[in-house]
Amino acid sequence: MAKVTLENLAHTYFNRADGTAEWAVKRINLQWADGGAFALLGPSGCGKTTLLNIMSGLIHPTEGRILFDERDVTALSPEERNIAQVFQFPVVYDTMSVYDNIAFPLRNRGMAEAEIGPRVREIAELTELTPMLKQRAAGLTADGKQKISLARGLVRPDVNLVMFDEPLTVIDPHLKWVLRSKLRELHQRVGTTMIYVTHDQTEALTFADQVVVMNAGEVVQIGSPVELFEQPQHTFVGHFIGSPGMNVLPAKIDNGKAIFAGRQLDVANPVAAAADGTMELGVRPEFVRFVREGIPARIINVADAGRYRIVDTQADGHRIKLLVDEGEEIPAGTAQLGFDPSQTRLYRDGWLATDGATS
Amino acid sequence: MNKTINNRAWFLVVPVVALVAFNALIPLMTVVNYSVQETFGDNTFFWSGVTWFEKLLRDPRFHGALGRQLFFTGIILLIEVPLGVAIALTMPKKGPWVSVCLVLMALPLLIPWNVVGAMWNIMALPDIGLLGHTLNALGFDYNYTRQPVSAWVTLIAMDVWHWTSLVVLLSYAGLVSIPEAYYQAAKIDGARPWAVFRYIQLPKMKRVLTIAILLRFMDSFMIYTEPSVLTGGGPGNSTTLLSIDLVKTALGQFDLGPAAATSLVYFLIVLLVSWVFYTLMMRNEAQ
Repeated sequence: MAKVTLENLAHTYFNRADGTAEWAVKRINLQWADGGAFALLGPSGCGKTTLLNIMSGLIHPTEGRILFDERDVTALSPEERNIAQVFQFPVVYDTMSVYDNIAFPLRNRGMAEAEIGPRVREIAELTELTPMLKQRAAGLTADGKQKISLARGLVRPDVNLVMFDEPLTVIDPHLKWVLRSKLRELHQRVGTTMIYVTHDQTEALTFADQVVVMNAGEVVQIGSPVELFEQPQHTFVGHFIGSPGMNVLPAKIDNGKAIFAGRQLDVANPVAAAADGTMELGVRPEFVRFVREGIPARIINVADAGRYRIVDTQADGHRIKLLVDEGEEIPAGTAQLGFDPSQTRLYRDGWLATDGATS
Repeated sequence: MNKTINNRAWFLVVPVVALVAFNALIPLMTVVNYSVQETFGDNTFFWSGVTWFEKLLRDPRFHGALGRQLFFTGIILLIEVPLGVAIALTMPKKGPWVSVCLVLMALPLLIPWNVVGAMWNIMALPDIGLLGHTLNALGFDYNYTRQPVSAWVTLIAMDVWHWTSLVVLLSYAGLVSIPEAYYQAAKIDGARPWAVFRYIQLPKMKRVLTIAILLRFMDSFMIYTEPSVLTGGGPGNSTTLLSIDLVKTALGQFDLGPAAATSLVYFLIVLLVSWVFYTLMMRNEAQ
């Protein structure tokens, strides 16, 4: 087990003809604490798999260093780094039995058969593979095979890091939930540092203590699920996490007050002056309410989502969504909207605005 | 429920039946017909029952040819399959060299078979051929027109040169279809190159290798053109394989009865071995 540090990490797959590079991962500084459960969340193509492969050693970064504790492992092979990785699609050794599949990483490292047996059975028990240990791996279903992949990732007792690259993609929805809680439980049992890559916010938020949100090769925010929800540092996080995502509206600054649709609004992070950059206002649908006097809006659509309804409105030419609890009345046609000041924030060029800081 | 019985639909298969009859059934039955008769020319035939078959199965000449044939097929399979797999493993998986390698590999397959025979015949001539002359200049006593061993070495070298490419191309097709994740997982599991070959590449190549071995078995077991041009079955009868022997009987001596019997036995051997082989491979697959 180890603390993993990424220093000034950057990677490009190809250089353009003019010498500039197209960066898949842009200058990342990050620390994964020892024994934590992390998620790496971001849309497809944001560089999260690249970052994972850099950490496992399958890809050598164009720039930067990777440290396990204080040891520089940038030049080491995956084997020397002593890590485990589970891939998006199940990888099983077809000709071997389930038992041999799980034992494979141990045998490759020269562990004695007498030690392998109990270890394999223990992991098989955790992953619910015990009844199938003697079967040939090729005959299992997709989720059975992925369980083997998971078991192979978890079987070595001394790994520094276990990484999962969207491991539940091929699993049936009802099993996804089971396996996810299983992983969470496994993490608590073995205590190894685990990094879980996904583009699914539910998976990330349920698995991890700390979520790292990536977009376009950059880390946008690191935080607990609650922090990501309540204090998005970037409009991308606000939009990507939460369902429906945060309302992002253009704003002006006047006298330290935010102005939208010609109306002054209180915000959680007032800034004195509108420095350079585009100012935007972010408020989650959960914190928008119907009020007696506020921003005039026209109701476009009401969608029933069970315990609450998602109301789609238009105000000053911009879409604003809000959640309305079951039973609460929705005005017909037009309405007045109010934002919760403590949950309304200003963003400058996408990033949470702070006084004096210009980017 | 009443089922309408209408046998007129059978007429729809008449064209196919006719086609199969003319290109397979009738020629085959002609051979069967020859195999149970005796002729002294003038197109007069006498019934002779299974005499030809009884004689054939006790005939040392047939045993010799069959033995040589089995030896030849065995040797070339033992060389071409591992060699083909080995070459496929060393070929690049991406980049501009892929097409270069593929074209180079496909070249021998594009050369007409009797041209291959003629090429090797000339190249291996001990006095003027590039190969034959060089070998003799290096001190080897090499003359494939006189020494059975030299003739065999040349014959096998020619077949390996001509047909290993087929195994290479098929194995390569199997290799490139393995997803990258398998290699990545193997790296992380700490697998040595041999384990990667044994547990990932070989199992994934199994289907195409089955086809490669089957094709190479059938082709080499029925080989005629190349050895016929290269050695003509000589020196003596030392490289007379089954089909060369058959042509000698049928067209050299015009012994239609024995030749027909040989053809049928030959055909049954190929059929039987292919079937056994295929069944064994597929049964492993199903497990």
